[in-house]
Amino acid sequence: MDRVAIVGVGQTKHEKRKRGETFDTMVYEVTYKALEDAGITIREIDNVVTVSNDFWDGRTISSMAIQDACGSYNKNISTVEGDGTFGILYGALRILSENFGTTLVVSHMKGSESHMNLITNAMFDPIYERNLGLDAITSSALQARAYMDKYGITEEQCAKVSVKNHKNAKNNPYAHLAMDLTVDEVMKSRMLAEPIKLLDCSPISDGAAAVILASEKKAAMITDKPVWIKGIAHCADAYHLGDRDLAECAALAETSKKAYEMASINDPVREIDVAEVYDAFSYQELMWYELLGFCGRGEGGRLIDERVTERNGLLPVNPSGGCLSAHPVMVAGMVRVIEAALQVRGDAVARQIPGAKTALAHGINGPCGQSHCIMILECN
Amino acid sequence: MANRVAIVGVGQTHHKSKRLDVNGVELINEAVLRAIEETGVSLRDIDAIVIGNMDHFESINYVDTWSVDGSGAYMKPILKVTTGGSTGTSIAMAGYYHVASGLFDTVLVIGWEKNSESDTTGAIITCSDPVWDRFSYAGAIPSLAAEATAYMKAYGITERDAARVAVRDHTHALNNPFAHLHKNITIDDVLNSPMLSYPIKLLDVCPRSDGACAVIFAAEHKAKKITDSPAWIHAVSTRHNFGWFGDLEYARIPSLELASKEVYKKAGIREPLKELDVIELYQPYSFAGLKWIEAIGLCGPGEAPKLVWDGVTDMDGELPINPSGGVLATNCIGATGLIRVGEAALQVMGKADNRQVSDVKRALATGFGGCFWSDVVLLGKDMPK
Repeated sequence: MDRVAIVGVGQTKHEKRKRGETFDTMVYEVTYKALEDAGITIREIDNVVTVSNDFWDGRTISSMAIQDACGSYNKNISTVEGDGTFGILYGALRILSENFGTTLVVSHMKGSESHMNLITNAMFDPIYERNLGLDAITSSALQARAYMDKYGITEEQCAKVSVKNHKNAKNNPYAHLAMDLTVDEVMKSRMLAEPIKLLDCSPISDGAAAVILASEKKAAMITDKPVWIKGIAHCADAYHLGDRDLAECAALAETSKKAYEMASINDPVREIDVAEVYDAFSYQELMWYELLGFCGRGEGGRLIDERVTERNGLLPVNPSGGCLSAHPVMVAGMVRVIEAALQVRGDAVARQIPGAKTALAHGINGPCGQSHCIMILECN
Repeated sequence: MANRVAIVGVGQTHHKSKRLDVNGVELINEAVLRAIEETGVSLRDIDAIVIGNMDHFESINYVDTWSVDGSGAYMKPILKVTTGGSTGTSIAMAGYYHVASGLFDTVLVIGWEKNSESDTTGAIITCSDPVWDRFSYAGAIPSLAAEATAYMKAYGITERDAARVAVRDHTHALNNPFAHLHKNITIDDVLNSPMLSYPIKLLDVCPRSDGACAVIFAAEHKAKKITDSPAWIHAVSTRHNFGWFGDLEYARIPSLELASKEVYKKAGIREPLKELDVIELYQPYSFAGLKWIEAIGLCGPGEAPKLVWDGVTDMDGELPINPSGGVLATNCIGATGLIRVGEAALQVMGKADNRQVSDVKRALATGFGGCFWSDVVLLGKDMPK
């Protein structure tokens, strides 16, 4: 694969309610930040990929709201409706096609102006499934229960993910929910849908993020710290929950296999220095450990018990605090990529994992992590 | 290394106002199966999928993950691209970029819409900003009517001029078994049809259709094995430029001017009227068939009626436009732009049956949507350099 690099990043502080911001002010903020980070102007951006979702925005053609703000005037532009990682993937493809030297990829989301239950209920089939009352939380609860029962993962082990990530968020000025928690506090928090409790569940945040990609040639002109995309892959599982074994996720196994192959990674735990994975719920982080090959099937609980994924562990996961600490949907996968990029650049400040050179970033789309996208990033 | 890319097969449904016999996933599957059968590939050969529609119409969120049973995306890479009316051409370009990148050799692109399941106007109104534009944006037809009146005022264009375009496209559609509407109409029929939003009458404007289209893009080494007559992608361009309806200059359509200029520059085209052999123009209403052919440089501002009245754009003219019948005959929105690209490809491949234009070397397809946004795609019989 030819080389594409991340040369600039920007994100807003992710918050419960950005009362003073509209979609376009948020997009302008992160576009401006990413350009500053890269040290270039909008003139050097060859094309734009925006990321948003019409349901979350309450606007059809949701990209129209931010046309001006992302500086797309007189540029080629398109829109991915899916997690930010997929937008970055498409932005990279457009550079690899040799039509463009740089791509700005920008995403936005206002959880405070959305109704999560109705919006995620709309993921489910209108004829066969919606009336069951499925939404992101209740469907994920089914997955959590299936996974935990099959492999003997405990609620306490899931709670440890929440404790770890909310604590990590204290180092992250962009995070929405930085907190010191105990396992006990997580276990006692309000039950949302068995076994998912309030503190096992990510918030829905307001936020935006932007990433600037460049071809190898352009990257050399822009920065002396390009973050190379060494591996990139995506894959979708079956749709109807009943068609899937919810305790498994072949699509994630397939995605990580492809990304690792591209990046020549054989032993992820040893060769990856830090990982930012999509932890919409605490159980998901444990499940993703396994399917990303950080441990064997059913060993996710053991990994967190042995503190392998803590900041000072062998493979720190979500030093940013993850989605559990900040979850602007659509944006959150892009934030995983940004956090991973900052890590390998050595620019992650208080949340920096010392010596990080190779990072994994992960995003998901669809119910119960049906579709996955992974990027392996490296900075020399 | 970047790949040269060709379209190697097209499948589409027989578009109708109500497909009560299929749900959305089945509608998608129909087009996919037709593309696969027509092309002679198998699902196994497909490396990635791109899908698009306007999700507020069917009210289904995360269509990429919902539709895997129909699209064949189970255990494959899939992503969704959507840009409103121009979705069909945006996804065609995404298919091109996927293959051109070198990471995917054969890509299936699917556009679809089940308009019968939508409150089309209710949904489309939400594209406008809720504070500044919503109170004056009454949907697609009134917005186009604003353009039509500005154009009429600027150049003295008449409703009769526009009606000639409508008659052309509906006549062309009679040759297209896939088209939704097969109407044998006259200019007087158009002028006497009910007024929707002055000056746009019922027969000046597109229907709402249920339909799907699937197009297979392949890298050079694969394309040559799959078909003897691939339709090569020569150049693509997109311009959005505006997000506020109040910012628009209605007497022109700058996005289409800029996008077509970029494509011509990349392809070395100086005189589109001479150098193009057929155009599938995304033309949601008749007046656009005049105004927008000026924008793509076939003639100067205000000169389109002469071109059209002279028969230049009829099937036996110098540069036929919309041999498929175009958007006036079929509008299943998420598919419509892709159908333009697919129909242009069929023309280049020589597979357009009764609507085939003779000797097609270069075909242009356009897309339109949003806040007067434009896409332009140029296909050719010869492999690009």
